[in-house]
Amino acid sequence: MRALVTAFAATCVLAAGAQAAAPPNAADLEAELVCPVCETTLDQSDAPVAQRMKAFIRERIAAGDTEQEIKDALVAEFGSEVLATPPKSGFGLLAWLLPLGALVAGAITVVLVVRRWSGRGGSADPERPLDPDLERRVDEELARFEG
Amino acid sequence: MAHRGRLVAQGVAVGLVALLFLLLVWTLVTEEGGDLAAAAARGERPEAPDFTLERLDREGELTLSTLRGKAVVLNVWASWCLPCKEEAPFLEQVWRENRSRGLVVVGLDSKDFRKDAQRFARRFDLTFPLVYDGPGDVAADRYGVTGFPETFVLDREGMVLEVFVGGVNADEDRARLRAAVDRALAT
Repeated sequence: MRALVTAFAATCVLAAGAQAAAPPNAADLEAELVCPVCETTLDQSDAPVAQRMKAFIRERIAAGDTEQEIKDALVAEFGSEVLATPPKSGFGLLAWLLPLGALVAGAITVVLVVRRWSGRGGSADPERPLDPDLERRVDEELARFEG
Repeated sequence: MAHRGRLVAQGVAVGLVALLFLLLVWTLVTEEGGDLAAAAARGERPEAPDFTLERLDREGELTLSTLRGKAVVLNVWASWCLPCKEEAPFLEQVWRENRSRGLVVVGLDSKDFRKDAQRFARRFDLTFPLVYDGPGDVAADRYGVTGFPETFVLDREGMVLEVFVGGVNADEDRARLRAAVDRALAT
């Protein structure tokens, strides 16, 4: 069993290493970068600047740059707006955290509302004393009914 | 207690909506671009938004307001833009002809690679100052430029006299630009 686990872990490490060493894929990068003129991702754009950026990506891949190096180079030229997804640091981190926060707040709200509703619909507490006014009216009605 | 909590939650929600509304109003009010061409066409002389950008033709930066006292032709271009290639030699000619009279042509390269822009300048033998606005913060956000090229003629006080949307390539447009330069130099 231990040998099996060790083999599995080794396979995972090797796979991760191979992925890290693999050159970036141009098509993937084009889907993650935005044309600064038409503001669609590069794979959706044929604008002259988008074509130039695609050529740049291929040049940099051929030169051995990593995905991050290519993105950094394009951000240095066109600004962070060129990234289709905001960076996971600094102000861009807000774009990732806010939806998560909204999801958590929504879940808490749903739980609170459901608890309140189920509390209303639940059985009455037998130990709780009846309202004196209501008790009097019930007694009067019963007396009238029996009489 | 629950009532108080509900009131606080309602207050926070109303506050958030008010904050978003104020943000929208602020964005609309502070947006400078887009109206310059319309205002110039109405005969108004709106102030050209100031900027400081890195230079492409040499080290350092250029601040537009330091050119007060000179007439300025501000040309927004990019190396991948075809009409820009056609008008570049004409702008160089206007610069050389009027430089001694107090005209500065400023080429504002936007949404472009620095190296491509520098190659473009060498190819067309441009000698006027060139600045770099890769993300388009100045061209798009402050000057409202939506297409390339676009040219702004500013008088000696930094006011926009005339705006040319698209290439200044037709004879009549070139005559209009020369006339605007003469007016700007006369201020």
